[in-house]
Amino acid sequence: MSIFTAPVLNYSLLAPILIVLAGAVLGVMIEAFASKAIRPVAQLSLTLGTLILAIAQVWRIRHQSSLTAAMGSVAIDGAAILMQGAVLVIAILGVLLIADQEQFTVLAAAVPGSEEERESLESGQKLTEVYPLTLFAVAGMLVFPVSNDLISLFVALEMLSLPLYLMAGLSRRRRLLSQEAALKYFLLGAFSSAFFLFGAAYLYGYSGSVSLAGIRDSVVGGSGNDVFFLIGIAFLSIGLLFKVGAVPFHAWTPDVYQGAPTPVTAFMAAATKVAAFGAMLRIFYTAFANAYWDWRPLMTVIAIITMLFGSFVAIAQRDIKRMLAYSSIAHAGFLLAGVIALNKAGLDASIFYLFAYGIATVGAFAIVTLVRDSTGEVTDLKRWAGLGKRSPFAASLFATFLLAFAGIPLTSGFIGKFSIFSAAYESGNKAIVVVGVLSSAIAAYFYIRVIVLMFFTDPADDGTSVVIPSMLTRITVIAAFIITIFLGVFPAPLLNFITSLAYFIR
Amino acid sequence: MNWLTTLMALPLVGALVISVLPKSNALAAKRAAFATTLIVAGATITMAVQFQRDNVEIQFVESRSWIPSFGIKYALGIDGIALVLILLSVLLAPIVVLAGWNESSGGRWSAKTFYILLLVLETMIVGVFSATDVFLFYVFFEAMLVPVYFLIGGFGTGERSAAAVKFLLYSLFGGLLMLASIIALYVLSGEQIGHTFDLAALSHLTMDSTTENFLFLGFFIAFAIKAPLWPLHTWLPDAAASATPGTSVLLLGVLDKVGTFGMIRYCMTLFPHATKTFTPMIIVLALISIIYGAFLAIGQKDLKRLIAFTSISHFGFITLGIFSMTSQGQSGATLYMFNHGFSTAALFLIGGWMMSRRGSSKIADFGGLQRVTPVMAWTFFIAGMSSLALPGLSSFVSEFLVLVGTYTRYPVAAVIGTFGIVLAALYILIPVQRALHGPVTPGNEGLSDLNMRERIAIAPVLAIIIALGFYPSPLLNVINPAAAHTIAQSGFTDPVSQIDAKAGK
Repeated sequence: MSIFTAPVLNYSLLAPILIVLAGAVLGVMIEAFASKAIRPVAQLSLTLGTLILAIAQVWRIRHQSSLTAAMGSVAIDGAAILMQGAVLVIAILGVLLIADQEQFTVLAAAVPGSEEERESLESGQKLTEVYPLTLFAVAGMLVFPVSNDLISLFVALEMLSLPLYLMAGLSRRRRLLSQEAALKYFLLGAFSSAFFLFGAAYLYGYSGSVSLAGIRDSVVGGSGNDVFFLIGIAFLSIGLLFKVGAVPFHAWTPDVYQGAPTPVTAFMAAATKVAAFGAMLRIFYTAFANAYWDWRPLMTVIAIITMLFGSFVAIAQRDIKRMLAYSSIAHAGFLLAGVIALNKAGLDASIFYLFAYGIATVGAFAIVTLVRDSTGEVTDLKRWAGLGKRSPFAASLFATFLLAFAGIPLTSGFIGKFSIFSAAYESGNKAIVVVGVLSSAIAAYFYIRVIVLMFFTDPADDGTSVVIPSMLTRITVIAAFIITIFLGVFPAPLLNFITSLAYFIR
Repeated sequence: MNWLTTLMALPLVGALVISVLPKSNALAAKRAAFATTLIVAGATITMAVQFQRDNVEIQFVESRSWIPSFGIKYALGIDGIALVLILLSVLLAPIVVLAGWNESSGGRWSAKTFYILLLVLETMIVGVFSATDVFLFYVFFEAMLVPVYFLIGGFGTGERSAAAVKFLLYSLFGGLLMLASIIALYVLSGEQIGHTFDLAALSHLTMDSTTENFLFLGFFIAFAIKAPLWPLHTWLPDAAASATPGTSVLLLGVLDKVGTFGMIRYCMTLFPHATKTFTPMIIVLALISIIYGAFLAIGQKDLKRLIAFTSISHFGFITLGIFSMTSQGQSGATLYMFNHGFSTAALFLIGGWMMSRRGSSKIADFGGLQRVTPVMAWTFFIAGMSSLALPGLSSFVSEFLVLVGTYTRYPVAAVIGTFGIVLAALYILIPVQRALHGPVTPGNEGLSDLNMRERIAIAPVLAIIIALGFYPSPLLNVINPAAAHTIAQSGFTDPVSQIDAKAGK
């Protein structure tokens, strides 16, 4: 008879994760027991409170590090703290957008176009289960970049993905498109999870261990079957590359970005990237670092294809959300350059880039939620013509976010681009720098095209207008704008903070 | 006193003041913009007086840490070449505001926006000429594009948005190539002397010739797009034809000088060996630009495009002077930049008044202006003469210096370049004859002559053109030491005279 030993948990270091999970569970309780009238306010304040409390906890433990916080399956270190902080900041901005209930269906279970749906809309109810779902996803995103073994990586992956599949299908308008997006996301996500597990199994077969440290030891020791190792890396990477939306595993991105309710797209596009790249950086910088000869050439090719593909295909898009989706693919390529760099500068640069890109993404999608006509959001690019005339303020902010994506100096995007390319160059990978620079030039074209459309094209008279943003959306947009410009002009404080903290413990 | 930072801050303060003025009051915005540019010009002249002419070191130095993790500094400082270009920019700014008093009214946005963009641009122009940190230079170099883009696209005429996009994409493409080179410099500096972007420190890097050649090209292509050199010039005629005359003055007169300035300051200082390698090719490109620009100018029917193509020819001369690698050629090229700024300004501004009065930019629509509007015709005539480098006008001195400087090292190139002067006579005299002389073309009878504001605006331009034609030494005294220093720093020496001194006895 085996004796059950209680695991030793360092609650202090796990506090951010536990707080978010507790908040999520409480949210489910509210959903079950609170009256419908108070739910929206209660859920929103609970969610925001939870996230702010979690950020405070992250700040409190920022100088601590431990491999044994959860029996070796979680590594809390400077890099982990930075990723968790970035996820939480983005999540707060995202939740402020999600609070705009106009975007969500009231009864997700109702068949589109049915009597039931109509009734639920007329009842004026609000959909509030999106809040606990968000918190569960955030919890998964907090665990993903700190996971130190393959099992917790997989659990975190599922924890962040499952709520997102659901949230993608909650759109109030164009519900079929939204549900199709959710189904696509789920099916392809399930595939990628399977690939991930498959790879994990092979890695276990290779090293006899599921911990990243164990795999690293086997790589360094050179013991084990190399074929297993290569298969393991390949399939594990496919799972991760799917999540970050790299070519050729990007197919879900445009459909899901377009179909999901825009606040969810904002949150998902920004936060998932941080979490997935966080995990990827940890895996490649710790477990696989010494085998870089095995994976670097192929990853370089993937990064190059991803940059070029994303930039080229974005040019042909006619829908603003799809365009931003392809732009996010291109940015995934730039970020991969940071992973491949495999040096300290690359780690610092990737974290800075993730944060800067995440904030600008939330800001850009927040503006998208504001451009509407009588039937709802307008995402057809043609109808954005002349936006700068009708609402110069919103158009100028959107232009700023686009310039940040394009990497124009004095925006955060430029510092990010410079730091990530210089890290790649430092690692000797000149090809990626040249292609990156060229695809930036291509990408600039479609960002500028939108600016031309907004400012230099006469408005078509079709009732598109910008709604007066709610206070919460306004906070998101303005905060994102200020951060984007501030990081472009005075990046030194954040860069120094990242440089001093960004280390992986092994 | 932090002169350069002050010069950069003043236009920004002006822009802030304008931004709080009411939108309906365009006149207040114009007055505020004019006052600001005058104050900046005054401050610059005060600074220029304190400049030590014989000191070849960088002066008015400021240095503050900006992004320490990358070794980036907010570092400013100017030598004679930069001083002359800053003077050119800040002197042209008030003239542009005064001359284009009504330019801002035909745009998509209010006059307020026009002047805010203009002043922000002025800040960046001062920054781009005075940065001594390569990263800071790049930031201004790229950020500058944004206000120009909106000035062309928002206030221009005709196909303005297409022209603005073409301008922006060309410039961004060049800029990104330069970014790749800058990244490489940054990494190299990290390996050799610790991460830095300090221009002086970077010029001591050692690199193998392949690397140096590639990095040189990254910078050079960016600059050759800016100061359009054949075959990278195609954006310029479109942009110049679509922008308002005032914007065109700033674009051709000042912004494009960033390209030629960059060739001197960055290409030559950072990559002396590659400069040597590529000099023959660049001289060929410069010659093609001179001849090609001149021929296309002769064939133009549109006044704005004509001026744009003459500029391409002139930029060929400037590039020729720079890469002649003689101190005379360099001095001549720098003086050329200054003079070209003023003669282009005169052509564009007077041409702009002609076009706005006639409502057409076709040369054929003018004719007999001398009888109807004598002052306008005569000022345009002087501007044209300055553009073809008539002796006694400022451009003559610089063109002469460039050709002499080139001849001492590349006699064949100098001879070919001289053909450019002959062609210049054609491309200026033909339109002058068509537009100013002959019988009055129907539709021109009622044109009004220059009013008092326009006369006040153009008078200083013509005064400078004539004064520097007779007495260029105030500027040359500032330019010569800096030019000689740049040549010496890149490891060149002036060719010794081949004439036997005793033979004459």
